[in-house]
Amino acid sequence: MAERALLRSPQAWAAVALLGLLGLVPLYAQVFEQPFYITLFARILIFAIAALGLHLILGYGAMVSFGHALYIGIGAYAVGILSYHGVTSGWAHLFAGLVVGAVAATIVGWVCLRTSGMAFIMITLAFAQMFYFLAVSLKLYGGDDGLTIAARSDFGWVNLANNTVFYYVIFTVLVLLLLAVRRVVESRFGMVLRGCKSNERRMQALGFSTVRYKLVAYVISALVCVIAGILLANLTKFASPSFMQWQASGDLIVMIVLGGMGTLIGPVAGAAALLLLEEVLSGWTQHWMVILGPLIVVIVITSNRGIFGVLAALGAARSTKRAAGHAGVRAR
Amino acid sequence: MSLLQVAGLVKRFGGLVATDGVELSVEPGELHAVIGPNGAGKTTLINQLSGELTPDAGTITFEGRDVTALPVYQRALAGFSRSYQITSVFPEFSALQNVMMAAQAHAGHSFAFWQPVAGETALIDVAQAALAQVGLADRAQVPVAALAHGEHRQLEIAMTLATKPKLLLLDEPMAGMGGHESEAMIALLSGLKGRYGIILVEHDMDAVFALADRISVLVYGRVIACDVPKAIRANAEVREAYLGDEAMAA
Repeated sequence: MAERALLRSPQAWAAVALLGLLGLVPLYAQVFEQPFYITLFARILIFAIAALGLHLILGYGAMVSFGHALYIGIGAYAVGILSYHGVTSGWAHLFAGLVVGAVAATIVGWVCLRTSGMAFIMITLAFAQMFYFLAVSLKLYGGDDGLTIAARSDFGWVNLANNTVFYYVIFTVLVLLLLAVRRVVESRFGMVLRGCKSNERRMQALGFSTVRYKLVAYVISALVCVIAGILLANLTKFASPSFMQWQASGDLIVMIVLGGMGTLIGPVAGAAALLLLEEVLSGWTQHWMVILGPLIVVIVITSNRGIFGVLAALGAARSTKRAAGHAGVRAR
Repeated sequence: MSLLQVAGLVKRFGGLVATDGVELSVEPGELHAVIGPNGAGKTTLINQLSGELTPDAGTITFEGRDVTALPVYQRALAGFSRSYQITSVFPEFSALQNVMMAAQAHAGHSFAFWQPVAGETALIDVAQAALAQVGLADRAQVPVAALAHGEHRQLEIAMTLATKPKLLLLDEPMAGMGGHESEAMIALLSGLKGRYGIILVEHDMDAVFALADRISVLVYGRVIACDVPKAIRANAEVREAYLGDEAMAA
């Protein structure tokens, strides 16, 4: 019944439509001979993945990490540094990125989760800045200038050198992660995470060791960003300290807020909205931020739950109406 | 052996001694009421028992084991289960989901990422039973935000019951209730009596004297008397410090 209700909700339709459109981009680029679109939308998908990762803790766990670009950087440098030393295997890149990312996230998360609220925001930012300056100081790997990557990661028969193939690899990763997140938030773990967002004190009084669960959520969310970083380095054939700048962490938060907090597809919509606006506006004028800033404010204020929040509210209103008729049916 | 033994408990907030050498015990199955005027330190005491506050001195022994230093969640797992004076639930979820969350805390670990909780019949059964026990069985699917105040109080009790408790710490379960709701709550608590050790903090004297096996009277952080209801009613010191004449007449 829950499945059918989902298919009837406007949010679900919009989500499917959005993903459908994103899936058709290479076709469009081919027909209109605009290969540039593949690069632009690949970038959108990659940031959608990163935003999805951050959203797991921000949207469902109320942990506002202002330093998640750090993990994009770790992913990118895993590709960059290994490629620099002649290791071209994508599996090695993936493995190294995830291991380093997991270790870093465990340590950073363990420290940051001693705090909450504003202190948490600041301390996550501080850690990201530390890694940023670490990357800047790595003269061997380009320092401030970054590190060019000779070729995309080698995943055997999946040839990432082909832009269309690469695009669909990113698209598949995004769709799989969306399905996984949808599943996880309804699981025991997801319920604990959402419970912590709602009322952490009560969760502890019930017997949950909340910090332990939040730390695991933090690490998972970081690893999703590592994957985004690996993809980003492959897209740009470049790994740079700028990937972990605080502005990048801020962009992720803006994407989530813009798209709609607490909605599954919100981060994807937000990433698309922000990057497309950036693209269009910067084509018009050099001072595009003057337009983008107020525009974000307007969107967030007029639809206080973001682009997809509006649809979610619409769907919720309808399903409550239905639930009144079905009360008790789902109890068993 | 007492279920709970509190000895020499002290808690200071700056210059204020909120808990001043409190001695308290709860026998298995006993309903022990704690009464006292506003600001006597009743909630502070409950918070130390549940682990949310760390006492400055004294020990808390539960089933013969010193739990003074245990964090909140470990005490909950040991069998402490509290309800809050100001309703503390999960407003985003339905009544059933709230109680299932409580049951989940005591049904193994929650590092399960794939199976939907909605399909865990064991949790649903525990939660439904707890809801039925407090009289909310037919409100299971209602979002908590849509429940009435009295129902929130019932939900609090259902959540404490779903955690396999041994000792209930009930902080003013009747706060803000109307006469009819209070009666239902008294009936509910008398049904729980004898099955769990219960510490009941309550201002409703009718409820306290009807339910309690023993009563401790807390004034300025000190226990000035601890006895059966009849003796408390007759105690001159208690009468002077706290109970009004109308309570005596009741």
